[in-house]
Amino acid sequence: MIILANIISLTIVFAVPLMLVALGGMYSEHSGVINIALEGIMVIGALCACFVLNAFDKSGMGKVHPQLAMLIAILVAGVSGMAFSVLLAFAAINLKADQTIGGTALNIFAPSFAVVLTWAIQGQGQTTIQIPSWIRITQETFGLEKGGNTFFNALIFKYFYLTTPIAVILFIAAWMLLYKTRFGLRLRACGEHPQAADSVGINVYKMRYAGVLISGFLGGIGGIAYTIAVGSGFASSVGGYGFLALAVMIFGNWKPVPILGSAVFFALFKVIAAYNSSIPFLPKLDNIKDKSSLYQMLPYIVTMIVLIFTSKKSKAPKAEGIPYDKGSR
Amino acid sequence: MNKKKSLAENAKFVSILASLISILVGLLLGFILLLILKPSDALGGMQAMLGTGFSSLDKFGKVMYQAAPLMLCGLSVGFAFKTGLFNIGASGQYTMGAFFALIGAIVLQLPWWACLLLSLLGGAIWGVFPGLFKALFNVNEVITSIMFNWIAMFLVNLLIANIPVMLASAWGASNSDRTAALASANPGAIIPKGGLDAVFGNSSWVNISVFITIVVAVIMWFVLEKTTFGYELKACGLNKDASAYAGINAKRNIVTSMIIAGALSGLGGGTYYLAGTIQYVLEKSILGMGFNGIPVALLASSNPIGTIFSALFISYIQVGGAAMQPSFSSESTNIIISVIIYLAAFALLIRGSIQKLLSRKKAKEAES
Repeated sequence: MIILANIISLTIVFAVPLMLVALGGMYSEHSGVINIALEGIMVIGALCACFVLNAFDKSGMGKVHPQLAMLIAILVAGVSGMAFSVLLAFAAINLKADQTIGGTALNIFAPSFAVVLTWAIQGQGQTTIQIPSWIRITQETFGLEKGGNTFFNALIFKYFYLTTPIAVILFIAAWMLLYKTRFGLRLRACGEHPQAADSVGINVYKMRYAGVLISGFLGGIGGIAYTIAVGSGFASSVGGYGFLALAVMIFGNWKPVPILGSAVFFALFKVIAAYNSSIPFLPKLDNIKDKSSLYQMLPYIVTMIVLIFTSKKSKAPKAEGIPYDKGSR
Repeated sequence: MNKKKSLAENAKFVSILASLISILVGLLLGFILLLILKPSDALGGMQAMLGTGFSSLDKFGKVMYQAAPLMLCGLSVGFAFKTGLFNIGASGQYTMGAFFALIGAIVLQLPWWACLLLSLLGGAIWGVFPGLFKALFNVNEVITSIMFNWIAMFLVNLLIANIPVMLASAWGASNSDRTAALASANPGAIIPKGGLDAVFGNSSWVNISVFITIVVAVIMWFVLEKTTFGYELKACGLNKDASAYAGINAKRNIVTSMIIAGALSGLGGGTYYLAGTIQYVLEKSILGMGFNGIPVALLASSNPIGTIFSALFISYIQVGGAAMQPSFSSESTNIIISVIIYLAAFALLIRGSIQKLLSRKKAKEAES
């Protein structure tokens, strides 16, 4: 039973970054900009948040107010991701450059920048930033006594970080913003038919900036959430989760609730890949070596199969990837 | 007649100028970053990056060795660009090409040229998917390519781990996280040095692959510029609807273009791993070589002949980047590369508007 609790709580902790980043991608694409740069945005967010966490650790404030320090780090991750995404927005919106090429540039830039910076700060070859251990939410955070290794303790407290409740809040906020506000309606209009949106007085450029910046904010927080989930420190990489989040977004058909579902589905495969030997009900496949590659490959293949069947009625924003030119109205 | 020619030359001149400017800006921004990080070592770092490639014959041999796969990945990305497709999947095709080449070398014990042909096949197979998905289901080739990059990496890891004879441990070495060294598994599969090692001061890196690649580049130039097939591909890239109206089968062209692009990247994987100096290590992240094909193609504005020079340049600063350690990480080179790509994203636009200006001028002249 403990193993089941572990699997569930691990799945949640890995689903959090996938969901946040996929929601970010969704916002960007609904405004009409393809955001390939999610991977790079995650790296920048995680990098800045890790530096902040380490600064709090050194000053001693982290141990006194761990969750306040964590909240600040999460905000820093979001803001730095947002700042980095301005580069994409500027290229894609103001200069009408090719969005995928601009995004690729940011994806190459971010991890190299992170390596060069950590190398310069921590010294030669020290490319992993350690994360302090006080960030985890434990029973003591709530003034409770430390319980034993029971089902519920493992389920709730083994991998409980502030990123999880924040992700729940952001999910609800993202859904409300997209479907229940005037802003959301206008944003979606810019991704479907920017000319029509412009003709009724919506500033398409501003809306697209908003979409990309929101995706930067969510992507940055997703970066630190991923780093926490992995738990072995930040080594200038988010292991392709930015690209996996793109798959989650497509699998979720550009809608928040299906994105939540597919994030959990993709995270489950990730956890199975890591723990397949200790999960009793899985086929044993004893003859196959390196089974984790097999399980990690499956979500991508499933996404491609889903794309075959859904491409005809895809809910992808119609004007995504096309720079908006006022003159072509 | 004379005037028209000068305009065309102008456009070419503009694109070379744009590339040179983006290189300069990239180097400048890279230098500024180094200055901010470690002012005392910045100048030395830049000197290492820009001077190492020519510092010794051995290093220059390494520049040539790495230029071959870069050139092929650049040709691959550039060829797809010409057809209006963004082949971000060069990395996966490169990985598949490397895998096929190594299967040929280690399991099938084939000679080097047969292994290179196999790498072409491996890359081509991986190019089929983005092409087919685009042509049949209208799925954006960028998305398919990204997914297949990861599928390629995991699949190759899985297959190599499950073919015991592929691993170094089957050939007298102790490590099982990488493929066998070709020197012990099948020396005949190592691409011959053709006497170049003598010229390059016994460099272990250099072999004839760079010449094979230059021949491939010339062939690609011929296909694109001098054949009906190449003309049709370019027409599809410039205007899909107009070319369909003119009776060109756009769907078939998308698939063929991706197959050729895939084969080129695959050959790149073959040339890199059949040199006998590097073993394929089971990777945790996607190989960067395919992504570096993107700046190579962009700097050359997808021109196959230009690709030869831009690949040599990127390879040159990469070899230099490795020499920046220990004061700076070798990833500093990638920062410069990313700036070049970022600027190239606009450069395409600037070139486009210049071309528009030129054609408008032409139209006005025709009217008067």
